Amino acid sequence: MNAMHTVDSSAAPTIKHAVKVPILDVHDVTVAYHRKPVLWDIDLTLTQPCLLGIVGPNGAGKSTLIKAILGLVPLVSGSVQIFGQPVTSQRKRIGYVPQRESVDWEFPVSVLDVVLMGTYGSLGWFRRPGATEKAWARQCLDMVGLRDLEDRQIGQLSGGQQQRTFLARALAQQADVYFMDEPFAGVDAATERAIFSLLVNLREQGKTVLVVHHDLRTVPAYFDQVALLNVRLVGSGPTATVFNEGNLRQTYGGRLAVLETLSQAVEAQERTK
Amino acid sequence: MTDWLTYNSLIVLQGVTLLGACSGVIGCFAVLRRRSLVGDALAHASLPGVCLAYLIIGEKHFFAMLIGAFLSGLLGIGFLAILRKFTRIKEDAGIAILLSVFFGAGIVLRSVIQQMPASGRAGLDSFIFGHSAGIVQSDVHWITGLSAGTLLIVLLCYKEFRLVAFDPEFAQVQGWPARLLDFALMLLLLGAVVIGLPAVGILLMAAMLIIPAAAARFWTQRFSFLLLLSAGAGMGSGIVGTILSAKFGVPTGACIILVCAAFFFISLLFAPGRGVVARILARQRNNLALQAQMKAGEEPPP
Ligand SMILES: Nc1ncnc2c1ncn2[C@@H]1O[C@H](COP(=O)(O)OP(=O)(O)OP(=O)(O)O)[C@@H](O)[C@H]1O
Ligand SMILES: [Mg+2]
Repeated sequence: MNAMHTVDSSAAPTIKHAVKVPILDVHDVTVAYHRKPVLWDIDLTLTQPCLLGIVGPNGAGKSTLIKAILGLVPLVSGSVQIFGQPVTSQRKRIGYVPQRESVDWEFPVSVLDVVLMGTYGSLGWFRRPGATEKAWARQCLDMVGLRDLEDRQIGQLSGGQQQRTFLARALAQQADVYFMDEPFAGVDAATERAIFSLLVNLREQGKTVLVVHHDLRTVPAYFDQVALLNVRLVGSGPTATVFNEGNLRQTYGGRLAVLETLSQAVEAQERTK
Repeated sequence: MTDWLTYNSLIVLQGVTLLGACSGVIGCFAVLRRRSLVGDALAHASLPGVCLAYLIIGEKHFFAMLIGAFLSGLLGIGFLAILRKFTRIKEDAGIAILLSVFFGAGIVLRSVIQQMPASGRAGLDSFIFGHSAGIVQSDVHWITGLSAGTLLIVLLCYKEFRLVAFDPEFAQVQGWPARLLDFALMLLLLGAVVIGLPAVGILLMAAMLIIPAAAARFWTQRFSFLLLLSAGAGMGSGIVGTILSAKFGVPTGACIILVCAAFFFISLLFAPGRGVVARILARQRNNLALQAQMKAGEEPPP
């Protein structure tokens, strides 16, 4: 028995090299707060760079899924690998945009300070960001159109500008996989388009972006892959096949309020086809 | 006339200057990390340690009492961690429990000491109310060394501490040992509390952490300036408070805190930009300018 196990595990790497290493591999992940399961047996594998929309009702566990992948909440069971390695060894390749409410915006730092935090990972211990880092951070601010506000204290920004500050910080990380928790929350239509074109840019550079998204109508236009989540993973895969009325009903239950949006969403999907 | 400005009071001033800077800087982190009350609880939690150190050594030994304070504060931190992990008691309730239970134990130990025939128990009460005149040269060496060490650590890990205080989850995703850094901040908070106890006292130590930081916040939006100004306010109130206390023969801790409070009210009223006066003036100026524009029939600015 034991011997077989040893053979198995030593043979595994060679097989993995033959097959392409998945960008993200979430395997049987279950997460609970106290005794209440919030994610149940999630399997999700991404082998190709993509824009993935994570969709589901409030409290479905979308934020928790991202936190579980990033190692911010303990797993009850299951495992997560990024580029075939444990997350802890891939930190430099991960970018993160947390939900806006997760920090204190009264904190005495400027917009540029926050974006510079994105460069801390590559700086390492004790070294302070210098001219190179500042130039790069300014470039990232340019990409989100906040260059003029770099000296503002972050509490004096509008919600959309705060969101873009976080986005610029993630861009400054120069990651290969980005995890974004509701980057479109509370932004106006123009900002939403600007953020979306940034995501497309990242995608074109061969990066993978996972985005928690609430607006069902724009899902088919924005994402080539979707994951429908409600504690369990109802479905995941190419938007064209997975994002259909049956799956959406299963994700959102029979809730009347969303049914209208659902049909709109499906209509929008038909149109993009 | 200048009899209060003896060699020993100069030594004492050196001590309170450094400990003021130390609590000013660490206080900023505590306030921003929403740990002001933890500072208060840790100060109170240190009393049983101070008393035990006295009981074990059998006399007032400054460094032993600091160590005692530190260890019992550490026990307090552990107590809070256990409450958070294994119960659903809210953070503020846990802090209140810690504060009163440990302080109660300390009061019991203190009365045991007071029933003993040995002299020198005044040293104990100076830890409760703060009494910097009782500090001697060898004590100041300890205060100086520990404060300088604390400030050096903050200087060295400035970037890391600021990141963890602002966004611990992002820090962890980036690969920083966020929990460890956060714990280090907690230890520095405890350190600042312990260093400040002999001069400021258990009862008022929290104010020494919170008020300089709160006052400094009125003057700046930048983290680095905040630390500097808060350190300055801490030093200033340490020096002025000690001098006033020596001159008028009142407890040092209370004097220091009152000077702190004066700094705070001056900032609240007169700080440019965020102060009350500046806000009122700015509002009036803006309203007048806009009214003039409206009268002239101009379009609103974009
Ligand atoms: N720290 C926590 N302690 C206890 N329960 C939690 C905690 N965080 C989240 N939960 C619960 O876990 C469930 C999933 O939360 P999560 O934040 O992942 O949902 P979400 O899909 O991101 O929701 P939203 O769309 O509102 O952001 C919810 O039922 C929530 O109440
Ligand atoms: Mg969420």
